[in-house]
Amino acid sequence: MIANYGYKDGSGEFYISIDTDKCTSCSAGRACLTACPKGMFEIITDDYDDEVAAVKQAFRRSLAFDCSDCKPAAGYTSLPCSTACTPGAIKHSW
Amino acid sequence: MTAGEKKEYWRWQETCWIDESKNWRDAKIITAGIDVGSVSSQAVICVDGELYGYNSMRTGNNSPDSARNAINGVLEKSGMKLEDITYVIGTGYGRVNVPFAHKAITEIACHARGANYMGGNTVRTILDMGGQDCKAIHCDEKGKVTNFLMNDKCAAGTGRGMEVIADLMQIPIAELGPRSFDVDQEPEAVSSTCVVFAKSEALGLLKAGYSKNKVIAAYCQAMAERVVSLIERIGVENDFFITGGIAKNPGVVKRIEKLLGTKAVETKLDSQIAGALGAALFGYTLMQKQGASAKAA
Repeated sequence: MIANYGYKDGSGEFYISIDTDKCTSCSAGRACLTACPKGMFEIITDDYDDEVAAVKQAFRRSLAFDCSDCKPAAGYTSLPCSTACTPGAIKHSW
Repeated sequence: MTAGEKKEYWRWQETCWIDESKNWRDAKIITAGIDVGSVSSQAVICVDGELYGYNSMRTGNNSPDSARNAINGVLEKSGMKLEDITYVIGTGYGRVNVPFAHKAITEIACHARGANYMGGNTVRTILDMGGQDCKAIHCDEKGKVTNFLMNDKCAAGTGRGMEVIADLMQIPIAELGPRSFDVDQEPEAVSSTCVVFAKSEALGLLKAGYSKNKVIAAYCQAMAERVVSLIERIGVENDFFITGGIAKNPGVVKRIEKLLGTKAVETKLDSQIAGALGAALFGYTLMQKQGASAKAA
């Protein structure tokens, strides 16, 4: 399942997509949990009883601000969360 | 209406229905789904995996009470007691506040399952236009979610936005859709990113001499554009199905269909019960699995 967390507002579209099929047999040792400097990820049991990564509720409506510290403008060349997730489950829409 | 009494134009019709042709006393498994949403609450009862009855009403300021009121409506009409129900699943915003639920499942999974029942197993794309959020969902032939996206940051493209416009226009909410077609020329959409901006624009259009119907058409178009931009992010795969209260508004539905270039599957059932129905069906599957494992043991 592709889970899209985020929103669209007057300033643009801000979604983090997580391919949860790649989470169920995570070969990166749940690296997303520690890779994000703000600790935005968590592991949840989804509606189909799979243990998958998700963006914490508290961050879902403020991604544009919370993720800005890891974007190129802040000096990063790649996103820590996407880089740490070696199965390639995490993608940003912006 | 007496002087000083304020008419609530936003108030939509609450419904309670049971299938008189079914006898719940003959059922092996009775399950219920309770969808406590931000604006409306629904209770659906299924007997042996088939829809038996439902109650759809406005959510109050207390989720447990809303859940109780919703289920009590169906129970009273059918002569059933809460103890007769084998399994109850809560869903929606208030899903963790359903006091008599055995389990909570997100409304995303429940809407997909409900749409699969209501629109058939060929439904692949679901648009749930709820009271305070909007969800675009992809599912497989079993109604299992394969991709979803939701927007709950603002009221644009939601039922609450439509209620605001109904009150502003002083036109009953059920009449907005049909009246939006009664225009000589389709107007430009108002702001689709914010209900407050849309309301201001609508007022401006009224002052500029637009008829009420034309303003409603501009708002319906804005709402359609808003949700289409959301659904296009995950793509549209036929069959396409719309759930939630806005599915009852032809002014928005027809405009969405036009923008997407596809027709939504029609149903005779109330589009607002999809989440609760999906929850009740999840309960039935769970009970079947438990029965099967008990037999195997």
